[in-house]
Amino acid sequence: MNSLINRTLARLGWLSSVVPQAGAINPAAAPAREANVKKISARDIFNRVGMLPVLLLMYIAFYFLTGYLSEDGTSNFMSTANTMNILRQTSINLVLACGMTFVILTAGIDLSVGSVLAVSAVLGMLTSLSPHFAWASLPVFMLAGLAMGALNGAMVAGVKINPFVVTLGTMTALRGAAYLFADGTTILNRNIPSFEWLGNSSFLGLPWLIWVAAAVVLVSWFILRQTVLGLHIYAVGGNPQAARLTGIKVGSVLLFVYSIAGLFSGIGGAMSASRLYGANGNWGTGYELDAIAAVVLGGTSLMGGVGSIWGTVIGALIIGVMNNGLTIIGLSSFWQYVAKGAVIVLAVMLDKWRQQQSMTN
Amino acid sequence: MNTTVLEMAGISKRFGATKALDNVRLEARSHEILALMGENGAGKSTLMKILSGVYQPDQGEIKLAGKPIRVTSPADARAAGINLIYQELSVAPHMTVAQNVFMGSEPRGRFGRVDTEAMNRRTREVLDSLGARFSADTLAGKLCIADQQQVEIARSLVHKSRVLIMDEPTAALSDRETDRLFEVIRKLRADGIAIIYISHRMAEMVALADRVTVLRDGGFVGTLEREEAQPERVIQMMVGRPLGDFYQPRIDVVPGPVRLEVRSIASSKIRDASFSVRSGEVLGLAGLVGAGRTELARLIFGADKAKRGEILLDGEPVQINNPLDAIKRGIAYVPEDRKGQGLFLQLSALANTSMNVLSSNARFGILQHGALRKLTQDAIKQLAVKVPGPDGIVGGLSGGNQQKLLLARWLAIKPRVLILDEPTRGVDVGAKSEIYKIIHQLADSGVAVVVISSELPEVIGICDRLLVMREGRISGELVGPGVSQEAVMTLATHDTAAAALEAAVH
Repeated sequence: MNSLINRTLARLGWLSSVVPQAGAINPAAAPAREANVKKISARDIFNRVGMLPVLLLMYIAFYFLTGYLSEDGTSNFMSTANTMNILRQTSINLVLACGMTFVILTAGIDLSVGSVLAVSAVLGMLTSLSPHFAWASLPVFMLAGLAMGALNGAMVAGVKINPFVVTLGTMTALRGAAYLFADGTTILNRNIPSFEWLGNSSFLGLPWLIWVAAAVVLVSWFILRQTVLGLHIYAVGGNPQAARLTGIKVGSVLLFVYSIAGLFSGIGGAMSASRLYGANGNWGTGYELDAIAAVVLGGTSLMGGVGSIWGTVIGALIIGVMNNGLTIIGLSSFWQYVAKGAVIVLAVMLDKWRQQQSMTN
Repeated sequence: MNTTVLEMAGISKRFGATKALDNVRLEARSHEILALMGENGAGKSTLMKILSGVYQPDQGEIKLAGKPIRVTSPADARAAGINLIYQELSVAPHMTVAQNVFMGSEPRGRFGRVDTEAMNRRTREVLDSLGARFSADTLAGKLCIADQQQVEIARSLVHKSRVLIMDEPTAALSDRETDRLFEVIRKLRADGIAIIYISHRMAEMVALADRVTVLRDGGFVGTLEREEAQPERVIQMMVGRPLGDFYQPRIDVVPGPVRLEVRSIASSKIRDASFSVRSGEVLGLAGLVGAGRTELARLIFGADKAKRGEILLDGEPVQINNPLDAIKRGIAYVPEDRKGQGLFLQLSALANTSMNVLSSNARFGILQHGALRKLTQDAIKQLAVKVPGPDGIVGGLSGGNQQKLLLARWLAIKPRVLILDEPTRGVDVGAKSEIYKIIHQLADSGVAVVVISSELPEVIGICDRLLVMREGRISGELVGPGVSQEAVMTLATHDTAAAALEAAVH
C-alpha cells in the first residue's frame, strides 16, 4: 500500500524529481533514492506535500462551519455540486497562476495578466460579433494573449528592464487599451457558437472550464518537469549568471515564460468571456494578485528557482475554497478581503516555519 | 602575559541524524592567535556559530574569563565581547565606512539624533590603530575587498572585542593584501585580544598561529603548541591519514600539438595578450588578484566581448561571441565564484552536472531521465563526490564536493580546452589533492588545461608551464621544474620585464 502511494507520488513528480519542491532545500531531507522509488520517510512526504494539509483542513473546517451556521444544521459544502462550484470558480485563477508560476520561477513577476485577460476577452468578443470571422474568436483570444505576453518578454529579455516595472507599465497601458477597444461599454453577444461550450457545457460530467484548467496544469507540469526548457527555467531563476556561463540562452527563456503567461491569460480571457457572454474593459481587475497569491501559497519562491506547479494548484484551491466557503457563510465581501489577506500571510508564515523545522531537524 | 579568556568544553551538537560536533573543546587565550584547522565539514563553522550564538549546543559549557556564560543570540555574543567576522563580507555598499562600523549601535545625540561627529571620530581612531588607508566618510562600496574586511574588523573593535573569530579571512585576498591583514591581526594580538583564526591554508597557520586546534568529522583531534605544529603533522591530523607529496609533479610530459592559440586579444581590461596551450599540457596562469587572469579567461570563453584579437583552435580561426559558441567548440570554463557564477544551489546534483548536456540527453526537447541519472551517478562515482544521490541538493554540500560536481558538469561536454579559475578555493585538503589528480588525468588524456590560481605553491606544483600576468598583460613565462615563488612574484609585481627575467634566472 505504502509503496503504491510512493510510486504514485513519484510518478506525479512529488517525490523524485530533477528540481526541488519547496521545502526540499535541505540535503538531509533528500536521502539517496537510487531507483525512482525507495523508502521514503514520513517527514520526507510531509516536506513535499507542502500546503496540502492546509487545504484539507480548510475544506473540513468550512464543512463544519457552514453546517453550524446554517438554519437546519446540515451542510452541503462537501456535496458534488458545491465542490464542482469551487473547482469552476478556481479554474480561471488557476490558469493565470500557472503562467505566473513560470514567470516567478525565473525570479520575475507579471502584473499585467489581468489586463491581458481583459484585452484578449474584448478582442475575442469583438471578433465573435463579426459575421465572417466569428469562428476565429478562440484563436484571437489566445493569439492576443500570446502577443501581449511576448511584448512583456521582449522588454524584459531584450531591453533588460526590470520585470516589475515592465509589467506595471503594460498592466496600466493594456487596461486603457481594453477600455478603448470596448469603447467604454460592455460587449455582449448571446450568440457565440464557436466557444460557448468553453464556459457553459460539460464533458463527462465535468464543466469544460475545469478540463481546460486541468489541461493547462498538465502542460505546465510537463514543460517544467520533463523538458530541457523546464530545467533551463529553473536554472535561469536559480542563478542567471551561472545559466549564461552554462550556455543557456537566458533571453529566450525569459521571452518564453512571459509569452506563456500571456497565452494563459488569453485562455483565461476566453473562459471568462464565454462564461459571461461578454467582455468589458474592467474584466480581470485584480486577478494578477490572486494569481500571485496562489503561486506564493504553493511555496514557489519569489527569488526564483524553487517551486512547483502542484504547489500552485494547491495554492489556487486554497483561495477557491476560501472564497466559496466565506460566501456561503455569508461574510460580507469587505470581511472576505480581510480574511483572505490574513490567511495568505499566515499560510506562508506556516510554510516558512515548516521549512525551518525540516532544515534544523 | 597570556590568560585564558575563553573555554569551550564538551560541546556536542546534532542536526537530525548527523552529529555535527561531538565533545569538542577549545581554549583561547589573550595575546594569542589560535588556529582552528580542519577540512570542510569538520565542524569548525558549527563550533564558531555556537560560540557566536547562532546555534545552541545540545551539551557543553562555554566559559568567559572563568565564568560560565550562555550565548543565546548573536547580540549576546557581541555584548560578551565575542565577535565573528564571516567569510562572506557584509558591508552596506551605499553607506559610509563610519555608518557601517556603527551599524545597529549608532551613538545617540540630543533628541535621539545620530551623533555623526562622535561616530566619525571613533571610527577614525579605530582606523588609525589598524593602519587603514581610507577615511571614515568613504562609501564602503568603493573599497576593495581587503579594505572592506578592515571595516568589519573595525566594527568588532568599537564593540570592545575580547575574542575575535575570523573565518577564512584571506579567501578573497591577494598575497599583498594578506600580508597587510596579517599585520593587523598581529597588532590585535599585541593589544591582548584572543584571536581564533579559521583557515585551510598551511602557510597561514605557520605564519600566524601560536597554537593550533584540529577538528575532524565533528570530533576534537588535538591541540598543538607552535613548535609542534609542523604542516605535515597538522595535515595528517586533519585528514586522519598521511598524505603523499601534496603536489605530485607530472613526469615525462609530452604535450601534443597546439590546441588553443590566442593572438593579441584585447578588451578594456586586457592589453594585447597572446599565448598558446598544447593538447595534454597544464598551463598555469599566475598573478595578483586583479591582474586580468579571470578577464582573459572570460574573453576566450566568450563571456565578455573582446575589442580585437584572434582565437585559433587546432590551428583554425574560430569566432566566439558567447559562452554557447565556446561550449560548442569544446572550450569549458569553470568560474572562480563557484556559488555566484557556477552552481545552481537550489537544484539537485543531477541538474547541476547535466545542465550542459541536456539537449543531447533529450528527444524532441523531452528529458530522458534515465540517461541523465546514469550520467550523474557515473560522475559521482568517478569523481568520488560525497552526495546523498543524484537528487541531493547541492547547496548543502561542502566546498570540495560542490567543486567536483561543477567540474563534472564541464567534463560532461568532453572538453578540448578546460579553463579552471581558482579550482581549489575554499576546498579542503583531501578534495584538493583529488582535484589535482583529476586535472592531471585530463591532461594525460589530451585535454589542454589552463589553471588560474592565486596560490603560488599550487600553480607551481601542478602546472607544466606558467604564464604570469600583471595589469592586464602577460608579463612573462616560466617553464620547467624549480620555478621559484620569488620569480613568479617578481613578474607579477615588477615594472620592467628585464628585471623580472633577471630574477627568474636568479
